[in-house]
Amino acid sequence: MGNLPQLDVKSLGERAKVIRNHIIRMLAKSGSGHPGSSLSTVDLLVALYYNKLRHNPQMPAWPDRDRFILSKGHACPALYAVLAERGYFEVSKLDTLRQFGSMLQGHPCMKTTPGIEISGGSLGQGLSVGLGIALAARLDKKDYRTYVMLGDGELEEGQIWESAMASSHFKMDNLCAIIDQNDLQIDGPIRDIMSPHPIPDKWNSFGWHTLEIDGHDYPSIMSAYNEAENTKGRPTVIIAKTVKGKGVSFMENQVDWHGKTPSKEEAERAFAELK
Amino acid sequence: MTEMIATRQAYGDALVEFGEKNKAIVVLDADLSKSTTTAKFGKKYPDRFFNMGIAEANMIGTAAGLATCGKIPFVSSFSIFATGRAWEQIRNTVCYSGVNVRIVATHSGVSVGPDGASHQCIEDLSLMRTIPTMTVIEPCDAVETRKSIMASIDYKGPLYIRLGRAAVPVLTKKEDPFVIGKANILRTGNDIAIIACGALVAHALTAADILQKEGIQASVVNMHTLKPLDNATLLEVAKRTKAVVTAEQHVLDGGLGSAVASILSRNYPLPVEMIGIDNRFGQSGDPDVLFKEYHLLPEDIVIAAKRAIGRKQL
Repeated sequence: MGNLPQLDVKSLGERAKVIRNHIIRMLAKSGSGHPGSSLSTVDLLVALYYNKLRHNPQMPAWPDRDRFILSKGHACPALYAVLAERGYFEVSKLDTLRQFGSMLQGHPCMKTTPGIEISGGSLGQGLSVGLGIALAARLDKKDYRTYVMLGDGELEEGQIWESAMASSHFKMDNLCAIIDQNDLQIDGPIRDIMSPHPIPDKWNSFGWHTLEIDGHDYPSIMSAYNEAENTKGRPTVIIAKTVKGKGVSFMENQVDWHGKTPSKEEAERAFAELK
Repeated sequence: MTEMIATRQAYGDALVEFGEKNKAIVVLDADLSKSTTTAKFGKKYPDRFFNMGIAEANMIGTAAGLATCGKIPFVSSFSIFATGRAWEQIRNTVCYSGVNVRIVATHSGVSVGPDGASHQCIEDLSLMRTIPTMTVIEPCDAVETRKSIMASIDYKGPLYIRLGRAAVPVLTKKEDPFVIGKANILRTGNDIAIIACGALVAHALTAADILQKEGIQASVVNMHTLKPLDNATLLEVAKRTKAVVTAEQHVLDGGLGSAVASILSRNYPLPVEMIGIDNRFGQSGDPDVLFKEYHLLPEDIVIAAKRAIGRKQL
């Protein structure tokens, strides 16, 4: 159970394109949401959900599943698209994003969406939840792992560092944080607004095994996930350098595309690039 | 002489008692475990006790994570830090997710005493009541505290229990019923109803004694659950007495008085007087002195009762 077939790099890339197309279509339809932050997470999520997580989309509550928490909840269009493609719910549901009565709320809601482990969207809170899940695994002597994706802007929240301290204190080697470092936040470049840099030094000093990778390069991503799993005695953080808006040229590295959705014409241009 | 025990002491004992059989119970504290008395549980079951350090926001989130895996986390600190500092974590991660986290906070009210206003939480009932789906309980004594902890173990959904630092008289008996959301009528009289919670229940009973000597018959209701409020019992008593006094160790805004007035004004308008703290912070001092300063004594309840009776429509 849960041992899903592994994909090669080419297949992962094809999956990512499908996901990015979904994201553009969902956001163009909903008229609100966060394309830039969704697109930067895609390759990390695809690698995780296709090649790493022990999970069973037909049994979202399987007690021995690996857990994933999207702490930067505003990137949920990417997660919803991955969950749908993986079979947690029908792909057609993606078109209901952010609509009244939809199972796909504007930010993750565990009560409406299979595969969502905790409701969220308020930044800074996901790693604490991941720590709690990891502690439960240890108490129950279970070997499932917990992954939490954070934004680099999210690192400005003080609670992140409370949970970083505690996870290291409790030596949670079954916990892995993934930082989607796309260098932008709503009001501008992170280095201008409130810099959390140097990011690796901070996590190192908090006692974490710290990895730095290109968050769009599948071999590096898989290697980092595997190294995290094999690292004992302390938690691992994967600092993944990403491009906000990745895959759609006119959205890439543009701060305006944090919370703006594409027009019909812009969506068509994006689809053309994502073929 | 009535036995005096702090509700926080009963809390630690209850955790040890119920934690023995129920291995799903885990306890988290934020470096105040000796004061909240969760250290008793930590000593007995160290594997299921997590001292999260002075970091309440992370503690609440960690408890939520544990709860998603079937654990029953009891989370403790002083009420100002548990409900104030970590309010948004309770709102978004615990309540919006609907996970079974039990927040049991001590050191509520001015009866904290010498520590002063910074540590005397008089806003927590309001803070917790406003969150959709939250259940809010303030037991009146040590015996009821044990029962509220027992009842919370299998209760579905998030829950807040408010406890105190100072010793309070043991008013209830082991065999008295305790059901979350079901008020207990401690005394029946037809002239006035005193609706109280927590430490003020004892003052309400004393006030009823004083009133009785003056020929006024008071009902006393122990409204241990502020949310969901026992509307049926409240309305039944109100219809019988035609006037109500509420009494709580909390600001008048958003606590028991507000909850009661809200139900009565919409269903059965009648004179309501409120005993509570009126737009002030606490300060250092012995609990008894502070109860006098903030008009939380039985004598204050007596005056309010007479005022309410005087406002009845003839």
